[in-house]
Amino acid sequence: MIAPLSALVKTTGFMYLTPGMIFMWFIGLLLIYLAIKKDYEPLLLLPIGFGILLANLPLSGLMTPEHGLLWKFYEYGIHWEIIPPIIFLGIGAFTDFGPLLANPRLIFLGAGAQAGVYLTFFVAQFMGFNIMESATIGIIGGADGPTTIFLASKLAPQLLGACAVAAYSYMAMVPIIQPPIMRLLTTDAERKIKMKKGRKVSKREKLLFPIVSTFLIILLVPASAPLISMLMLGNLFRESLVVERLKHAAQNELMNIVTIFLGLPIGATMNAQAFLQPKVIFIFVLGLGAFIVSTATGILLAKAMNLFSSQKINPLLGAAGVSAVPMAARVVHKVGMEADKKNYLLMYAMGPNVAGVIGTVIAAGIFMTLLSS
Amino acid sequence: MATDILAPLTGKIVRINIEPGASVVEDLEILVIEAMKMETPIYAPCDGTIDTIIKKEGDDVEEDDVIAIMA
Repeated sequence: MIAPLSALVKTTGFMYLTPGMIFMWFIGLLLIYLAIKKDYEPLLLLPIGFGILLANLPLSGLMTPEHGLLWKFYEYGIHWEIIPPIIFLGIGAFTDFGPLLANPRLIFLGAGAQAGVYLTFFVAQFMGFNIMESATIGIIGGADGPTTIFLASKLAPQLLGACAVAAYSYMAMVPIIQPPIMRLLTTDAERKIKMKKGRKVSKREKLLFPIVSTFLIILLVPASAPLISMLMLGNLFRESLVVERLKHAAQNELMNIVTIFLGLPIGATMNAQAFLQPKVIFIFVLGLGAFIVSTATGILLAKAMNLFSSQKINPLLGAAGVSAVPMAARVVHKVGMEADKKNYLLMYAMGPNVAGVIGTVIAAGIFMTLLSS
Repeated sequence: MATDILAPLTGKIVRINIEPGASVVEDLEILVIEAMKMETPIYAPCDGTIDTIIKKEGDDVEEDDVIAIMA
């Protein structure tokens, strides 16, 4: 009587629980809490949190190679590089590059804000991460979730869960992290600078932008092709004005569907064994550092540009060079209005903000070109 | 002299707090535009009286569109 009963108990997961797994439940529950109660990137953090819970239930086999359900989502969605490019298709479909074209010199701010990515790349190597891991950690500084996931899956899949959670957490915390840096590095008078109106951008320019950019960027950095091609195709849907249905599908239904299949397996990579390492704490610290440096260099670059130009740029716009769209632009707008309530920076900030997206993809492309051979 | 109240940014008018004939003072919040899923209050450019309101709540506006005219 006893023997079959104990055999039955052994088929349950209870016998195989470890303290690490239980600790991970709390991390999963914390993300779920932040998503629901604090509205921190709920579309991603909610499925990631649930994925973490699933990954830390023994014997479920969900992540067993070749057989597990979540393993299949991970393998064919992320490892095969399907989902991040599809997300970019949606981003392209809802991004208006008009503000960028109206003020082309603000592109530089989107490039300047990538400095944190490269600086962190070197610091992480100095701290003992290998070169592939360092690149993946650095890209967190761009505050771009899909690009981080894309690069991590190619260069350092073992860090993917931690890097993705770090990137999305910092994207959610943009309104907390950026304003103190912005106030520290600018004077009240600088924050009050009103931007001169940009020129009017014609429909034809907006239509040509995705086509010309595709040629230019892919010829320059071929490794950025998967993300850039989809981004620009989505944008072409938008600006062509003849495929409303495709544009709509790309930015709504398709985006929502792949978001489900993105978050869950990312959470599922975070089992106790892989996640509970001192390394992971460094990833969060370095990622935050990268993000702060990127914000600061964007602002400082705007100030440097003002030294050489009679048309002053409000240096707050530099902070929008990180690619958290449109969170960073909103923060610039709010901080600008605190200084002068009739200073409306939102649309000007969208220029460097969308340039930042392209900048982070190019940075990732450069890493891939240099490191994956 | 008539002053136009222009939309300072592209977006959608979600609230209009004034009516024709209302007198306003500079910096009074007269309407709210939503852009990038964020509400931005728009303030009166100067003291005066509202003459006509051209746009209505729910309208999409481009930058520099005339929303209302002050007498």
